[in-house]
Amino acid sequence: MDDNAAALLVTDLRKTYGGRTVVDGLSLRVARGTCVGLLGPNGAGKTTTLRLLLGHTRPDAGRIEVLGFSVPEAASQARARLGVVGQSDNLDPDFNVEENLYHYARYYGLDPRALRERFTDLLTFAGLEDRRDAPLRELSGGMRRRLALIRALVHDPVMLFLDEPTTGLDPQARFHLWQRFRQLRREGRTLLLTTHYMEEAERLCDRLVVLDHGRVVAEGSPQELVRRHVEPFVLELPAEAGRDLGLGEERHELRTLHLEETVFVYARARENLESLLSRCPETPARLRPSNLEDVFFALTGHALRD
Amino acid sequence: MTEPRPPFRAHLPHLRRAFAVWRRNTAVWHKLLVPSLLANFGEPLLYLLAFGYGFGALVHRVGGLPYITFLATGIACSSAMNAASFEALYSTYTRMEPQKTWEGIHATPLGIPDIVLGELLWAGTKGLINALAILLVALALGLVAPAGALWALPVLFLSGLCFAALALVATAFARGYDFFTYYFTLVLTPLLLVSGVFFPLASLPQPVRLGARLLPLTHVVSLVRPLLIGQSPPHPLTDLAVLTVYTLLAGAGALVLFVRRFER
Ligand SMILES: Nc1ncnc2c1ncn2[C@@H]1O[C@H](COP(=O)(O)OP(=O)(O)O)[C@@H](O)[C@H]1O
Ligand SMILES: [Mg+2]
Repeated sequence: MDDNAAALLVTDLRKTYGGRTVVDGLSLRVARGTCVGLLGPNGAGKTTTLRLLLGHTRPDAGRIEVLGFSVPEAASQARARLGVVGQSDNLDPDFNVEENLYHYARYYGLDPRALRERFTDLLTFAGLEDRRDAPLRELSGGMRRRLALIRALVHDPVMLFLDEPTTGLDPQARFHLWQRFRQLRREGRTLLLTTHYMEEAERLCDRLVVLDHGRVVAEGSPQELVRRHVEPFVLELPAEAGRDLGLGEERHELRTLHLEETVFVYARARENLESLLSRCPETPARLRPSNLEDVFFALTGHALRD
Repeated sequence: MTEPRPPFRAHLPHLRRAFAVWRRNTAVWHKLLVPSLLANFGEPLLYLLAFGYGFGALVHRVGGLPYITFLATGIACSSAMNAASFEALYSTYTRMEPQKTWEGIHATPLGIPDIVLGELLWAGTKGLINALAILLVALALGLVAPAGALWALPVLFLSGLCFAALALVATAFARGYDFFTYYFTLVLTPLLLVSGVFFPLASLPQPVRLGARLLPLTHVVSLVRPLLIGQSPPHPLTDLAVLTVYTLLAGAGALVLFVRRFER
């Protein structure tokens, strides 16, 4: 199974914790130079999957090949060519900004004294060039995340693992990071990122693997997934407004889904939903094109975010 | 249900990689050099002066030595033990858990065995540094022989490694800092009292004296004290063998335990 175009090949991966299956027969292929997203709610098994790919924990079954190296057997060689930004902040608080890069380079067997220029480039890339000597406690959440990103780049890796890289950041800081990810992708690096933000998945990823309970529930480009699994338009309205519109009746051109206090009405044509709405113009409703959230909802019956 | 999980494998640590961890810890220590040196010199100096001169005025000669010399040569050993243990318990735990420094390092080619060896070497170094501080004080006071002090350094480094390895076994089980208090009061303090640091083994009852021969600190003292006063230790090979066996067994045990802890 020699697949040179694949940066990552995973077959039938399985991991249980105390009898509970957390990763359940996951297969995955990431082509070199692409950005692939693992999209799923909290607890779907995204972090566990990344830990398995890094050789940090052993699978109960399945095969993993990262950049041509078998994991966990050759995980160390694979990690030498990977950059990792973990879900939790593990920057080194005993060091300032530049020292974090300096010492991290040593773990890759590099001589940091020869890398001053590279550090300057990386700090500029992250917009941290004025913070070289700043202690970490003076950095904002977004800055810390950007520092974690460039720390993962000191050894110029061909592939990056990013575990929920923008969770907890404000929209501006998130946007700033997205720009950086796009640039890394343009430079030809392969990106594997996990997220539970469908907007992030939609904007950044060439391909998505949608996970729920450790299983792949759908796979494809964001547009493909929407095309394949849901109608193009959706009307979102409160549950009682739905009853007023007579949504209980049989209507072959509409598909309705209930999620807590909201009803989602899906249709092939915008006009179907507009005519429905025109019967009751005061209804507080939102007509929009469908997106990944709707895909996830259609496939699992629950929302992506809790 | 599922097939049995393949056994985990603790690969052998890689010295060059472990050295990167050692350098990281050294760099942090270096940043805090002044306060940490003050602590290194200050506390033992106070002990030496207070006990050595205060108590020494009462007891004069112990084990054929002026009490202050007896004490200085003993404290050199116990400070290697204390510093290495403290580092491998509290500081290692801090880097491993709350600070997640290990997690960050583990994303690189370094494996847990490499990190553990780096921590072991650093904690051993920390033991040596603290013992060296005592030796410098003792030299300045004219209590020990300079040539002997040089010979004692590698032994003190080995002692640091030995106690670091033992402490790492405890750290591998730790779920919080409270645990370490027990280690100090239940393991290190008794060791300190029966190993000939403050008074000669000869003053202890026979069974305790025999038991003490199994303890590592006894062998450190038995090597270091004679060296520091310019004599040859009575049974250097036995002492070195005991310390080496403790270090290797505890070091290997710690390595396996940490790999298990992280591989979950
Ligand atoms: N070391 C572990 N021991 C036991 N259960 C774990 C462990 N790591 C993760 N889990 C469980 O596995 C499930 C998946 O977790 P995780 O991979 O972190 O999900 P995600 O990253 O998608 O939020 C969760 O229910 C979590 O509680
Ligand atoms: Mg996660």
